[in-house]
Order: sequence, then structure tokens, then C-alpha cells
Amino acid sequence: MELTRARILEFVREPEAVFWVFVFPVLMAVALGIAFRSQNGGRTSVALLDSGPVAARAELEQKLRASPLIELRVLDEETAALALRKTRVEVVVAVDANAAAPTEGEPPALTYRYDGARAEGRAARLLVDDVVQRAWGRADTVNARDENAPRRGARYIDFLIPGLIGLNLMGSGLWGIGFSVVIARTNKLLKRLAATPMRRSDYLLSIALSRLLFLGLEVLAIAGAGRLLFGVQVAGSILALGLVSLVGALSFGGIGLMVAARPRTVEAVSGWMNLVQLPMWLLSGTFFSYERFPEFALPLIRALPLTALNDALRGIMNDGMSLASLWAPLLVLLAWGLTGFAVAVKFFRWQ
Amino acid sequence: MTMPTPENPATAAVSCRGLVKRYPDVLAVAGIDLDVWPGECFGLLGPNGAGKTTTVEMLEGLTTPDGGEITLLGAQWGKGRDRELRQQIGAALQETKLSEKLTVRETVRLFRSFYDQGRDVDEVLELAGLEEKRTARVGKLSGGQKQRLALACALVGSPKLLFLDEPSTGLDPQARLRVWEIVEQFKQQGGTVILTTHYMEEATRLCDRVAIIDHGKVIAQESPAALIASLGARQIVAFSADGELPAEALAALTGVRGVQRQDESWVLSVDRASETLPAVLAELTSRRLQMHSLTTHQATLEDVFVHLTGRGLRDQ
Repeated sequence: MELTRARILEFVREPEAVFWVFVFPVLMAVALGIAFRSQNGGRTSVALLDSGPVAARAELEQKLRASPLIELRVLDEETAALALRKTRVEVVVAVDANAAAPTEGEPPALTYRYDGARAEGRAARLLVDDVVQRAWGRADTVNARDENAPRRGARYIDFLIPGLIGLNLMGSGLWGIGFSVVIARTNKLLKRLAATPMRRSDYLLSIALSRLLFLGLEVLAIAGAGRLLFGVQVAGSILALGLVSLVGALSFGGIGLMVAARPRTVEAVSGWMNLVQLPMWLLSGTFFSYERFPEFALPLIRALPLTALNDALRGIMNDGMSLASLWAPLLVLLAWGLTGFAVAVKFFRWQ
Repeated sequence: MTMPTPENPATAAVSCRGLVKRYPDVLAVAGIDLDVWPGECFGLLGPNGAGKTTTVEMLEGLTTPDGGEITLLGAQWGKGRDRELRQQIGAALQETKLSEKLTVRETVRLFRSFYDQGRDVDEVLELAGLEEKRTARVGKLSGGQKQRLALACALVGSPKLLFLDEPSTGLDPQARLRVWEIVEQFKQQGGTVILTTHYMEEATRLCDRVAIIDHGKVIAQESPAALIASLGARQIVAFSADGELPAEALAALTGVRGVQRQDESWVLSVDRASETLPAVLAELTSRRLQMHSLTTHQATLEDVFVHLTGRGLRDQ
């Protein structure tokens, strides 16, 4: 349809819009992926203080360096404290200075400094203590075997990429539609169009549809970056991923039209857009799992469109679920999209 | 002055009775009656804020009146025939900014797509003198070109009725002339035009009849020639003096048909400036007053407006 065609042309000729829709989310994925990648090849960062009795320190250093699980750095007091605060190291090991210098082979007195509120801190402390205790002769009494089988799709980046796709679909749906509609309204273009025999619902539909063309590219850009840079796989079918993205984009298209139905100025629509998006930024589990919120809030959180979209995307990308088993989030998305569109058609301000 | 106009409002292209529009702080249109006959160009003339645009937008079905009736091509807005009506009208609104990212041709093509029947896109571009700009982005056009593009968009649905809201405001004289030519062509092909303007020349050149609107009311409705003739004078003498003098004294001078006070100036409608001027000078001298400024010109619609309201069209 001509209207959709025109909308697409307008978008393509707006280089900044292209940047924000495609390049920005990919950059974000890369930055977050790098920040949260498993550091040091999975080894734990540990600092050893360069103070205290020399001989004991040297022996401890040697023993810690012997562990393949520890990345050891020797730091002075101040640098170590800073590194701990910035989580560049998870635990600082200090040889107690006031303890009498132990004789060769005798265990030194140690202090572990770590952040007990962080799971990584607690784990690092246990690891270091285990290495130290064994090195000075503690024997394991129970025979236990490790089965380290890292599951694909369980890393943070695997969790993050579907969330970023969802977030991007929401952002581009709402901002892309909100701004262009309100600008057309302040430019009185909407009024001019209302003076033609154009069907008014056609116009709204064309706006929602024109977003769909880019949807494929948006999803491809983020999923592709995840795949190439971090090896993030799509466990389910690509077709299902495409369909879920389509439903998600239409849903946010409808919501975007609803938000843009009345405001007269770009400032006003920005405020509304932020208001609509804020709860979803916080609650919908893009960057961390929403299961951490209290039990009673979960049904409400799941009713948010971004939660539904993220759940569905993760279901397909991480867990390889089929579309049929994702009926609940898909239904949520459809309901939001249709409601938004219906409200927009009813209350749209043409001038 | 008589025009060969049908008497029966039922044959009018557009007619309205008792049109009223109230905004929270102002009564924008305070009861307007109009009849526009098929094939004529009808002008709404008045200063900014007189209610011209509100009136036109009510006629176009974009604004809902608070009172009164509108009949347009034999139908009414909001009675299920809106789309059918919109197929037959073309409009260029005030201050519409078409999408800057589209080219001229794409824009006209988009508007063409809204109409069941219409004209060839390239033909309309040629008519509007935009054939050389067809691949140019709208954002790069000059003001005159943008206005001609707006006309092209209004004409591409081959309307019977064309609404133009201030079609040449802000354009230089040359660009204005080209807009007028396009409107005249449309008229020659039998189209009906309703336009608003505050340019006298525009109304005089294009309009068969004009309604002068002030404060939401029609204060005169005639052909431009008849309105000017209603002044009973063909020339205007305007001057200011450095002291008070009574209007009656001026009215009594040779050939003076009307006296108006406009701001600091006196505006005299006269048969002949050459006859009246010496009398004015003599009057001033006898009262020991000095003349400050003086202009004389042929009577125009502007003078009609001043005569009717005591204000200039571009005041306020």
C-alpha cells in the first residue's frame, strides 16, 4: 500500500533513525556481553597482599599460583582494597603480620577479605580456602567427583540477547511510532490527510505495518551479533523466533499508536512513552530475571507485554520451546496489540 | 450590483446557515451564512483571527460546528457520506508541512492513492510547474514550490470543489502569480473554489465574489467590483495632521464621500483626489495645521474593509 511504502521511504531516509534502531542495540549487546563474559577464562581473580612475613607470603603465593582455578595478583594494601571494591578481584588474602613468623612448612595465619553479599565473593572465598587448606595437608574425607557440564544457553549473554531483542522491539515500536505520529500532527499533516478520502484506520495500520519490514533486520542484527561474537545459539526454530518477533512488534505497534493517539507535542509524547516503558524496563526481566520479584507480583509482571515477549523469545532461543507451548505470552502480546490499536482508532486526534 | 447567480440555495455547491464555532476563550465564528455557486471562485476576506480558517475547516468537515448547517455538493458531513464527499473535494490547508523525506512525485503519488478517481500524477506535476522537481525531496523546495506542491496534492483527486486556505501567504510576487495561474486554470475547467486570503489583489484577481469577515461575522458579501463601488468613490486620500480637526469639516469638502479615522490618519473616500486635495490643504491652513503624511490611491477592497470596520486588514 502506498501509505506503508511512503512511511518506509521516510524511515530509510532518516540516517539517525537507522542508527538507533540497528546499530545501537548491537553496540549495547556487545558492551554488555563483554562486561559480563566469564573473565580470565573462568578463573577466579584473587589478590595477595604484599605485606606480612616474607617467607610465609612467598610460600602462599607459590601454592595459590599452582591452582589452575585462581588468577593471582600481588597488590599493596590500597590497590587491593580498590580492586575489591571494583570487583576486579573477588577476594583479598592477607598473611597476618602480627602472627609470629611460622617456621618452614607450618601453616600461616590468614585473613580473607571479600564481599559476602556477592555470590561471586562467597564462592571465591570458598575456593581460595579450599586450595589453601589442601595445600597445607587437609585430606578430603568424602570421595566426590565433579561433573562440569556447562549447558549451552545458560550464560548471562544467552539470557541477555533475547532480552535485548525484546527491549529493542519495544523501544523502536514505541519511539518510532510515537515521534512520527506526533510530528505529523504538529506539522498538520494529519489534518491534511484527514481531509482526503483516506480511510483513517488504514493510516494507523500503515504505520504499524511499516515497522514490520525492519523488524526482521532488527532481530537479525542483534541475534546475529550474539551469534558471531558470543556464540549465542537459537535452540528453537528460526521460524518460531520470527513469528514471536512479529507478534511482539505488532503488539508494541498497537501500544505505540495508543500512546501517540492524543499528545500534541513531542515533549508530551516523550513523557508518556517513558511512563509506559519504565515499568517494563524495571520489571520485565531484560537484564535480570523477574523471578527475583516477590511471588504475588509475578502474575502482574507476566501480564506486561515486554515480559511476555522476553519470555517467549527466551523460550525459543534458550530452551527450544515450540510456539504451541508459548501460547500464554503470545496471547498477552496479541491482547495488548489489539487493545492498543482499537483505542488508537477510537481516540486518535487528527489535528 | 447583480451577478447571474441562481436564487435557490439547493443548487449551491456549498451553502451554510447560522454557522457557529465556540472555543473556550473566544467565539471564533458567530453565525455565518454563505452560498457558493458551482463554477465560481468565492473568497473569504478578513484580518488574521477573523474566523476565516475556522469557517473553511468547518466547510471541509475537519472541524465540527457548534451550531448551524452545512450542505456541500448536496450532502452533509457526518451522515455516512463523508468519504464520498472527500472524494470530490481538494484542500490546501494553512501551514501543512508535507513529509520532507519524500520526493515531490512520491508525495503526489501518495495523495493520488487516496482517491478512487483522479488525474495522472505527472500531468498534475506539470500543471503545478513541478515537473523539473519531481525527484527532489520536499524538504529542499522553496516556499513557492511547496505551495504549488500543496496545490498539486489538492488537485490530483480531480476535485469538483477546491478549498485553499491562504494559498499565497508568505510568497514573493512571482511565486504568488504562479499559484494564481494554477487556480485560474482549475476555474476555467469548471471547478468551484473557496479561498481565504488577506491579500486584496488576490481576492480582486481570483474571486467572483467575496465575503468580508470580521470578528466571526460576514459584514459584506458581493463581487469585488460591487464592494469597491459601494464606497461610492474611486479614489482614496489618506493623510495625517499635527492637530485635531473635526470629521464634519472634512466631510463637507468637495467630492468627499466618506471619512474614516484610522489610527493617527484620516482616510477620505473621494471622487477625485485632484479635486479634493486643494480643499484639504486649504482647510488645514485655515486651522493653522501642518500635513504630515499623504497618500492617494485607487479604491481597493482594503478601503472597503477600512470603511466597514475602521481598521486595516493587516492590523492586530
